[in-house]
Amino acid sequence: MKLRIQNGRVIDPSQGIDLVTDLYVENQKIAGIGDAPAGFENADVIDAAGLWVLPGLVDLAVALREPGFSQKGSIATEGRAAVSGGVTTLICPPDTNPIVDTPAVAALIQDKADEAGMANVFPLGALTQGLDGAHLSNMVSLTDAGCVALSNHRRPMASTKVLFRALEYAATHDLLVVFHPDESSLSEGGCAHEGLMSTMHGLAGIPETAETIALMRDLLLVEKSGVRAHFARLSCAKSVEMIADARAAGLDVTADVAVHNLLLSDQVLNQFNGHYHVLPPLRGEGDRLTLIEGLKSGAITAICSDHQPHEKMAKVAPFSATEPGMANVEVLLPLALTLMDEGDLDLSTVLSCLTYGPASCFGLEAGTLAVGSFADFVLFDSTAQWDWTLDNRKTKGQNSPYFGESFNGRVMSTFISGQRVYHLA
Amino acid sequence: MMRSDPRALQLNEHGQLKHFLTLDGLDKTILTEILDRADSFLSMGEQSVKKVPLLRGKTVVNLFFENSTRTRTTFELAAKRLSADVINLNIETSATSKGESLLDTLKNLEAMQSDMFIVRHSDSGAAHFIAEHCTPNVAIINAGDGRHAHPTQAMLDMLTIRRHKGTFEGIKVAIVGDILHSRVARSELHAMTTLGVEEVRLVGPKTLVPDFFSEMGATICHDLEAGLKDVDVIIMLRLQKERMKGALLPSEGEFYRLYGLTEESLSWAKPDAIVMHPGPINRGVEISSEVADGEHSVILDQVTNGIAVRMAVLSMAMSGQVQSDDVLGDEK
Repeated sequence: MKLRIQNGRVIDPSQGIDLVTDLYVENQKIAGIGDAPAGFENADVIDAAGLWVLPGLVDLAVALREPGFSQKGSIATEGRAAVSGGVTTLICPPDTNPIVDTPAVAALIQDKADEAGMANVFPLGALTQGLDGAHLSNMVSLTDAGCVALSNHRRPMASTKVLFRALEYAATHDLLVVFHPDESSLSEGGCAHEGLMSTMHGLAGIPETAETIALMRDLLLVEKSGVRAHFARLSCAKSVEMIADARAAGLDVTADVAVHNLLLSDQVLNQFNGHYHVLPPLRGEGDRLTLIEGLKSGAITAICSDHQPHEKMAKVAPFSATEPGMANVEVLLPLALTLMDEGDLDLSTVLSCLTYGPASCFGLEAGTLAVGSFADFVLFDSTAQWDWTLDNRKTKGQNSPYFGESFNGRVMSTFISGQRVYHLA
Repeated sequence: MMRSDPRALQLNEHGQLKHFLTLDGLDKTILTEILDRADSFLSMGEQSVKKVPLLRGKTVVNLFFENSTRTRTTFELAAKRLSADVINLNIETSATSKGESLLDTLKNLEAMQSDMFIVRHSDSGAAHFIAEHCTPNVAIINAGDGRHAHPTQAMLDMLTIRRHKGTFEGIKVAIVGDILHSRVARSELHAMTTLGVEEVRLVGPKTLVPDFFSEMGATICHDLEAGLKDVDVIIMLRLQKERMKGALLPSEGEFYRLYGLTEESLSWAKPDAIVMHPGPINRGVEISSEVADGEHSVILDQVTNGIAVRMAVLSMAMSGQVQSDDVLGDEK
């Protein structure tokens, strides 16, 4: 099958391309940009005039909730939510039930994802058995079964010694480890950034040091063990500096940030609205601005949705009793694009952090329109105005402060390996 | 999707109280009205017939998710003196099912057609949560939510200060002890900055008095003598025993040595300073018996004033609900 995506604005940060032209697809892959390759005279044509043609988004954190939490979401519902948001490749965390600590669970998730026919799904494997922090998982078997990296999620390790041994073992086999820097003895019991807002409202605080102490320890252990490392969901200004310094010193580390930590600060807590309960917490305005600077400087190279769908009741409680997380994968792209105005970021940086940037963190062949790569791409109407509501949502989750908001820009079609998997009716 | 500001949540279309959740955002006029009305109820309390019919025919539910004998009793007395029917519910909650049981409990009580819930809960923001999820026309009164607010306690303290000092202008107040965990201190700080108190000092070690309070308009003092120097009012807070377990303090003994109110430390304040405590007091932990029972102590006045302030707040919130109903009726 041959396909010509005609007259769209093709933007691909991985190649520095931004021009109105044609994109060609053949045999599931990108065949060319600009002039037609040979044999495309009679190709099927999709008119993309007025639309942006983007690489499919790569989202480093989409909880699918399957197996184990069908009241919150499933691979089918969250996969559909992802592609409706333009996400063609996603990484899902290991905190399912059962936990992704055996090849069987990793295989189950990928089989179900194939069956659903939505986004390309790569599970994270548990770093320790049952995420107990004490016993190493069968890391190599997990990786062989399709896990792209290993992580203990936000669960604490039994000791620094166990953590170091896990890193050494992973380094032995050149495996990637994902860290959620968090010193649990400092964050335990907290539900909001420790600052004026949490103090005023009597919410137990999570100090910045819960993240920075863990991050510094982890960086030292990464250096000593030589493991490849990715740091997930930075929330503090100091963390950005620490990652930048580590990278400048030649350490092989990357980092991402959740889109809500770029757009919101703890000022929103005055409403006691449990939809703003996330981990790591929404921090101060200074932290938020420094995270944006981190994208500009390249210290942080990925923006993720940190999509965590919940049933309605999970948020129907006083703030601290609600379950943390937002379900924003559907609106990741329009949310991130508001950073151009809010944070003075250029379009190329924002798109890079949603596509090639996150793909590179994990060494995935995705997030690019380079000739020969899989034809995962998105048609995006940057001028479409629409309301995201509980009624038109795709995710099963009912937890986002953005329901009822008006958005500029909407994904019209999503293609994976040249096949259209989503089209806005 | 910005929801209504919870500070506005407690006011009706005319700017009158319809819930009483926090003092944050309430202006001087409303706070003064509460104090004036409480004053008039106080004089009534001295008469032989103590009841007024302001809440006649109304059902008031004391909904206590946390134990409290004193607060619940004074709310009950206040409601009864306003001629309301009062039901007391003490509800134990398990940590895991807290959220769901709270909403379920609420729905059940709504079905009983109550007119007012007086709520105490261990989660900050619980009263806001209930006000947002309750059917309209039920007034929610916050009787203490987590560390967040205890607005009737703060207002009874304001009444006590006004009755003893005559004014808030030029008054200096020291609040001593566990500020970090205190909903009383937070509400008092809002009340005092709104009513024009000259200076509020928060006194205690760094573990119990975070610097963030200075951004709320307080002066932070880690030394008791500096904190008490020339103050007109001393408010001692209760020290919970579990603070020692959390490594916030070494011992009760050392706390008493450094921050306990004794006759000696009281002498650093103004000669006519009053001593307050939200109760129940720990003698020999935060305050000596001599001071607690001494001539500067107004601790028992606070209890009496508490009934009057709660009568004022209950009657105002109920009438604010009725006013709000009238507006809805006109629109229909």
